[in-house]
Amino acid sequence: MKVLGLLLPVALLLGLGGLAAFFWALRNGQFDDPDGDAARILIDDDDDEE
Amino acid sequence: MTAVSLREEPTETTVLAVPGMHCAGCISRIERGLAGRPGIVSSRVNLSARQVTIEHFRSLKARDLVAELERIGFEAEPRKGALAASPSQARPLLAPLAVAGFAAMNVMLLSVSVWSGAEGSTRALFHWVSALIGVPAIAYAGMPFFRSAWGALRKRRTNMDVPISIGVVIATALSLYEVVTGGHDAWFDGALMLLTFLLAGRTLDAMMRDRARSGVDALLGHAAQGAMVVASDGSLAWKPAEALAPGTVIRVAAGERLAADGEILSGHSRFDQSLLTGESAPVAGSAGDEVLAGTLNLDAPVDVRVAATGADTKLAEIARLMEAAAQDRSKYVRLADRAARLYAPAVHTLAALTFAGWMVAGAGWHQSLVIAISVLIITCPCALGLAVPVAQVVASGALMRAGIMVKDGSAFERLARVDRALLDKTGTLTLGRPVPDPQVLDNLPREAASVALALASHSRHPLSRALAAALAARGHAATPIEDVAERPGEGVFARWSGREVALRRPEGAQGTAVRLSMDGGAVWQIPFADRLRPDCHAALAQLGELGVDLSIVSGDHARAVAEVARATGLLAQADARPQDKQDLIARLQAAGRHVLMVGDGLNDGPALAKADASIAPGSASEVGLQAADLVFVQDSLLALPRAVRAARATMRVVRQNFALAIGYNVLAVPLAIAGYVNPMIAALAMSLSSLVVVGNSLRLTRAAR
Repeated sequence: MKVLGLLLPVALLLGLGGLAAFFWALRNGQFDDPDGDAARILIDDDDDEE
Repeated sequence: MTAVSLREEPTETTVLAVPGMHCAGCISRIERGLAGRPGIVSSRVNLSARQVTIEHFRSLKARDLVAELERIGFEAEPRKGALAASPSQARPLLAPLAVAGFAAMNVMLLSVSVWSGAEGSTRALFHWVSALIGVPAIAYAGMPFFRSAWGALRKRRTNMDVPISIGVVIATALSLYEVVTGGHDAWFDGALMLLTFLLAGRTLDAMMRDRARSGVDALLGHAAQGAMVVASDGSLAWKPAEALAPGTVIRVAAGERLAADGEILSGHSRFDQSLLTGESAPVAGSAGDEVLAGTLNLDAPVDVRVAATGADTKLAEIARLMEAAAQDRSKYVRLADRAARLYAPAVHTLAALTFAGWMVAGAGWHQSLVIAISVLIITCPCALGLAVPVAQVVASGALMRAGIMVKDGSAFERLARVDRALLDKTGTLTLGRPVPDPQVLDNLPREAASVALALASHSRHPLSRALAAALAARGHAATPIEDVAERPGEGVFARWSGREVALRRPEGAQGTAVRLSMDGGAVWQIPFADRLRPDCHAALAQLGELGVDLSIVSGDHARAVAEVARATGLLAQADARPQDKQDLIARLQAAGRHVLMVGDGLNDGPALAKADASIAPGSASEVGLQAADLVFVQDSLLALPRAVRAARATMRVVRQNFALAIGYNVLAVPLAIAGYVNPMIAALAMSLSSLVVVGNSLRLTRAAR
């Protein structure tokens, strides 16, 4: 049962980490333009910087 | 050097709607095309919203930016309210959904350990951890439901959110009590899973509406937002439509829409009034004639003295008719809410009776309460909450791939019941724009065609654009021409390998046409006409098979309507004013018919809003797009039967979903009342019924075929 004391916080922290990452993405505008982001990877812009 | 000047001038941000972009190529063309232009600091395309956000010097006006985008090859329209991108309805639900999902998963893990036999202090520990995760998560993720339920209760009404909120709150409170007193069962997992499933349903519903709305928003913006004002000293200045006053003189260029009603002072041109009247043939106007806001000036610039602006124009009058009709429709009660009206009282009565029954049977208040709550939880409309939105989201996704945008989920319910359809003529049965005669184009020599394409591409005149589009679609390429000159009211003139070539207006020709002349060579006359949409006959036949009676109702004059009526074999009513169309629909509705209105023009707006369901083509006027429930973007009229079929299939699946969800309740509720349901069974039953409903709805992915 001692292992629970370790595993429980680890599991919770991992989950919370995922949640925090999602909130960060939400605040950071990662969900503002899903269609555009999907299309942008196709733009070949090696020859100029932005 | 440039960096210094950048800092010197104050910048501002403008958002432009660009409906025409749809791929990665468009993004890079716009962003690269704008980069490095004088006055433009940066630009960013948002493809989902079909918008470009441009940071630019204050000296640059929105009109200059529109011209800049036109140079790149995209039509653009400034967004009103500057930065106001239409707010998303799905975004605010994402965070609660994430929290509920996270908490549900963790609590479920702990619960599984409890179910598999954790005892004593381990169980107490697990329950405490569950409570620590569950209570704040429920408080946060449940907010959308609590708020909506409270709003309904305050108005002495009930909706689906009332039983949800009561169930969740009581389950949480009892679980907390159990945890504190070291009890056997806690229901945090059930409450959280319920919230997760329901939030998923809500989010899907909101995403569907967001997607359709941004698509339609992007199509908007055909009405003139301002005019070039001629001052008394002859100078010109651009003013927005709100700043125009009666008496002002405005100059309307060819190809521009009028922003106000007025009287022509000087100039002679023809006007396309189809937006207002549905009349397809252009109306000639010269000094002294009345012209109306929203009409398109076709040929030559004219000066107009403004007589009425804003709310006094004919345009605004039609808008008022529409608003009244739209209010009628908002009284429609959605299926899910109708179900909730019956469901909520039934569930609450059942839970209360269970509690009373066990008390009478002498079970003690604690055990009675636990059993009553298990009834509440097990009957919580988890699958019911998913039954409608999942089916609608899947169906609207399928329709969107077929080029049909559904603006409102309840449109499916209304469209599925339709048994009578009224079709507008101009722009609905027909394409609503002049199309060059295909036979003449077929007979055009390849050389002449490429010259015609080159000439046409130098003009923004509607006929030139139609010709250019038709020739390009036939695989012709423009040949290089020199010394191009466009003379308003006459045509485009140029030199091609030493020969004079011209695309001009024919003198004294019947109907609409252009003449292609090549010096020392042949002359071709290319007639233009508004043609029936492709697949028109097949589409009408399919609608007939679906049991929908059809007829035409048009504002056009009898002769033009009779021609289309003959071609389609439908009954027709001509010369119908917007009010007449609305009255006709009201009469049909009074006779018990469910009416579908298909129309595009401003003159159809009131009818679109009045009908049980309405569909507009993507080329429709702003008013038409806003009033319609569905918008189809392709030319083919097959979108109509496809939409009706998809709506009926959706409602079939929704009804099956309801049956599945209620069937599950019929099985589970007796168990709950008898006291056999523990948290584990509740959790299993809940996810199983939800999965079945989702799986059943996924069959709709092929609904639009």
